[in-house]
Amino acid sequence: MATTLSLREGTARQYDYWWTVYKRTWKASIVSSFLSPVFYVLAMGVLLGGFIAGDPDQLEGATSYLAFVVPGLVAAHAMQTAVGETTYPVMGAIKWHKSYFAQLATPLDPAHLVAGHLMFVLFRLATTCGVFMIVLAPFGVFESWWGPFLAFASQVLVGMVFAALVFGWSARLKNEAGFGVLFRLGIFPLFLFSGAFFPVANLGEAGAWVARLTPLWHGVNLSRMFCVDAVDWPVAAINTAVLVALLVVGWFWSVSGLTKRLVF
Amino acid sequence: MGTVGGSCLGSTLVSDAMIQAVGLRKSFGDFEAVKGIDVEVRKGEAFGFLGPNGAGKSSTMRMIAAVSPASAGELRILGLDPATDGPAIRGRLGVCPQEDTLDNELNVFDNLYIYGRYFGIDKATVRQRAEELLDFVQLTEKRKSRVEDLSGGMKRRLTIARSLINDPEVLLLDEPTTGLDPQARHVLWDQLFRLKQAGVTLVITTHYMDEAEQLCDRLVVMDKGLIVAEGSPRQLIEQYSTREVAELRFGVGEHEALGEKLADLGNRVEVLPDRLLVYSDDGERVIAQTHERGLQPVAVLVRRSTLEDVFLRLTGRTLAD
Repeated sequence: MATTLSLREGTARQYDYWWTVYKRTWKASIVSSFLSPVFYVLAMGVLLGGFIAGDPDQLEGATSYLAFVVPGLVAAHAMQTAVGETTYPVMGAIKWHKSYFAQLATPLDPAHLVAGHLMFVLFRLATTCGVFMIVLAPFGVFESWWGPFLAFASQVLVGMVFAALVFGWSARLKNEAGFGVLFRLGIFPLFLFSGAFFPVANLGEAGAWVARLTPLWHGVNLSRMFCVDAVDWPVAAINTAVLVALLVVGWFWSVSGLTKRLVF
Repeated sequence: MGTVGGSCLGSTLVSDAMIQAVGLRKSFGDFEAVKGIDVEVRKGEAFGFLGPNGAGKSSTMRMIAAVSPASAGELRILGLDPATDGPAIRGRLGVCPQEDTLDNELNVFDNLYIYGRYFGIDKATVRQRAEELLDFVQLTEKRKSRVEDLSGGMKRRLTIARSLINDPEVLLLDEPTTGLDPQARHVLWDQLFRLKQAGVTLVITTHYMDEAEQLCDRLVVMDKGLIVAEGSPRQLIEQYSTREVAELRFGVGEHEALGEKLADLGNRVEVLPDRLLVYSDDGERVIAQTHERGLQPVAVLVRRSTLEDVFLRLTGRTLAD
């Protein structure tokens, strides 16, 4: 009879490892996690936004450009945090310091390693997005008391989608040159054109539809609808369904990718 | 320590061996690294895979470590099938890989503690075990040091300590002393002896014949994915070599021609690029007879046969090739 280690138990056994990693790195992550987003809010939302008329018809229901840009910025920041945690760290654990190989010599399987890593990303997303949202509260950009909580959940969700998809990509990459392609042709255009900084309708009809096909837009849209309290529930359901589907696809893509690299 | 059982799958594998392989093969695409080997490792012994780089030792070790599926053949580790019971097998094995896979950014103690947690060992037990192991590998004073600051020998010892954190029944050591200086090797060998005395079954791959002779009760010689001989170091030397070897060094380029002239002095003559090896039970006599024939070697040496000679006899190549 086969003896397997449950996903929950195998993931829990890595808690001490990831907690130690976090204690070692949290100071270094403060700038990228907390300071950079605040700079973005000040520069884009407050200073640049001061020149933009607060027309709810033009700004997807937001009464100011600050209120418009902030939910998109947090969602885009979730994407960047997730990508940062699943590119070089994954390649390093396979190729450079080989910690995945050391872990695989224990009862853990590749699926446990993926789950442990993704749970750490979840923790990173929850803390960075959570702190970001708390810092934003005094700016008066939230239109309801419950909206920010759902916006927070959608930011974390879209971050996890990117974590899972990019983990699978990183697990398959033979060298780090592929990350340059990912950052320049994937993450950076998504950051700019997925509706974080301007309504995707401004891209023209065709451009808007391309933008709406990107995973980030679904997260940006959810985050914004909940923050500005202009929720189109059928659209929100579609956004959520797309993200959950991509998360499931990303999970299997990551587990199969890591299995190929470690078990041969 | 668990007993290992019995009649697996009603197959040919009926034994209380710690490791048993029958017709074991491993292919990577068109390349066959392991071409059908039979191996049995018994409880408490130190078993070696001796062979040059590329012989298939590491591929075999990865299959035994339950991290690499066999392409064909049957394999049982502790009576279990690695295809279905990988986690259970790995929980009872210790693995000391060829390359250090320590976490460079953790301190020495945390490397052991965190690794122990992967096995599901409770925190108090794993702390105590980590302290005991640091003492065993003489790294207690380094417990707070970063791994990066350790010497090569210390890192190896820490890797060995880490592989023992789950109190394994079988310890797999892949080229344990490669890259270490002689002193560090002897410290490590001493620790492996002590483990063996404590009843741990050791499985060692090495391309150092002295290591195999020092550590192994029994070994197989591997070459090009096949086992070419099996036995204790002493048996193998008795079976495939003579008691002594006379090494004769002549001028550059003379060895080939002189090999034929001296062929009758021993049971066998091997011509190497830099010397002749004459296999005989009396090496001094070979040298005396060489001088009687008017030949003046630049240097001579009489030594006992080693596993290196066994390997040369079996494959026509040296282990370093």
